[in-house]
Amino acid sequence: MAKELEREGIPTALLCNIVPIALTVGANRVVPTRGIQYPTGDPSLPREQEEAWRERLLLTALEALETPVDGPTVFPPDSSRLE
Amino acid sequence: MLRIVHYINQFFAGLGGEEKADLKPDVRSGPVGPGRLLQSLLQGKGEVVATLICGDTYFAEQPEESCRRLADLLFTLKADLILAGPAFASGRYGFACGEVARMALQELKIPAVAAIHHENPGAQAATAGAYIVPCGSSAASMKEALPSLLALGIKLAGGSAVSPDVDGYLPRGIRKNVTAELPAAVRAVNMLLAKIAGHPFTSEIPLPQFDRVPPAPPIPHSREATIALVTESGLVPAGNPDRIESSRASHFARYSIDGLQAFTPGKFESVHGGYSTDLANADPNRLVPLDVARRLEKAGRIARLYDYYFTTVGNGTSVQKAQAFAREIASEMRRSGVQAAILTAT
Repeated sequence: MAKELEREGIPTALLCNIVPIALTVGANRVVPTRGIQYPTGDPSLPREQEEAWRERLLLTALEALETPVDGPTVFPPDSSRLE
Repeated sequence: MLRIVHYINQFFAGLGGEEKADLKPDVRSGPVGPGRLLQSLLQGKGEVVATLICGDTYFAEQPEESCRRLADLLFTLKADLILAGPAFASGRYGFACGEVARMALQELKIPAVAAIHHENPGAQAATAGAYIVPCGSSAASMKEALPSLLALGIKLAGGSAVSPDVDGYLPRGIRKNVTAELPAAVRAVNMLLAKIAGHPFTSEIPLPQFDRVPPAPPIPHSREATIALVTESGLVPAGNPDRIESSRASHFARYSIDGLQAFTPGKFESVHGGYSTDLANADPNRLVPLDVARRLEKAGRIARLYDYYFTTVGNGTSVQKAQAFAREIASEMRRSGVQAAILTAT
């Protein structure tokens, strides 16, 4: 779906856990997450820290949407420059 | 006697469904589940000496660690052949089977084959490093899948030469030098004549079939953009009003988030049948990040969040269906001035 949205001209940040698959299939803007069952969460954290992690993921996703790419690209949420 | 080790997931081992998908790699002696059928097909030509089992989620979340543990378990089993699956269209299981077959062949130098549906991304990911025989998309085709898995395995274990054309496995992209009967110029002209005459011919240089999508241009800045939330995690309003199927979804739906500051547990739930939804149902913002997206909208980091989110279930859903869903979603986005999407996947 991420590929097809991009094909239609909508830049799409794909937040998912199995990154090798996302890259093999050819998703262009991939943000790796911490678990299959919670793409934008991390239940091991206390609530406040979990929300901070979610914010970091979303800011990374926005950065991915603002970045030109020339093929499948991973945007790691831990090392991105965040505002 | 051929010593075979069989790899399966928690489900086919009879240990449980999604609630057991985080099981660590383990070993049982002898055949388990579909391995029993393998054993009966062997008819004395070999023995399924052990079964390796790993939970699908455990494997998919830490493939390298899983492979290391499985390699350790394999060490004492003295296997002549590793068989994995069949995984059918199951995404995580297919990924695991492909990786196990690749690890056995590349790192342990033990012949290995996995059976995976050809559309399963796990099959595509592993073809370069492993032998993958295609199989049907569901366990209904178990009886057809096992003989082809076994046949290629026995051939590889016996050291026989194999090829995708003869043995039916997915081409691995390996070029082998052979001596042709006719020089290239003659073959090329023959091919051209066949083409002109409308006769069948086979190219000697198959074109790669990567379906690469040219990336969409980025948005200048999300502070000026309307952004939509999309998910294949199966998050729907409680009661699943549009009856999205828990697997092989036939449709998607869109639901209003106008005025909603966050997803409330109990009011929204996941109907995805491919993972354990307890953690997500306890806080649906773990699937679709509405709470934080709203905060970023208030802070001006996102100009506007689109009033609807789009949802379906990506569990055995065919590529063709998913493409059709996305095309329809994209056309609504364009009509409504949505410039970018955040898509969460489980």
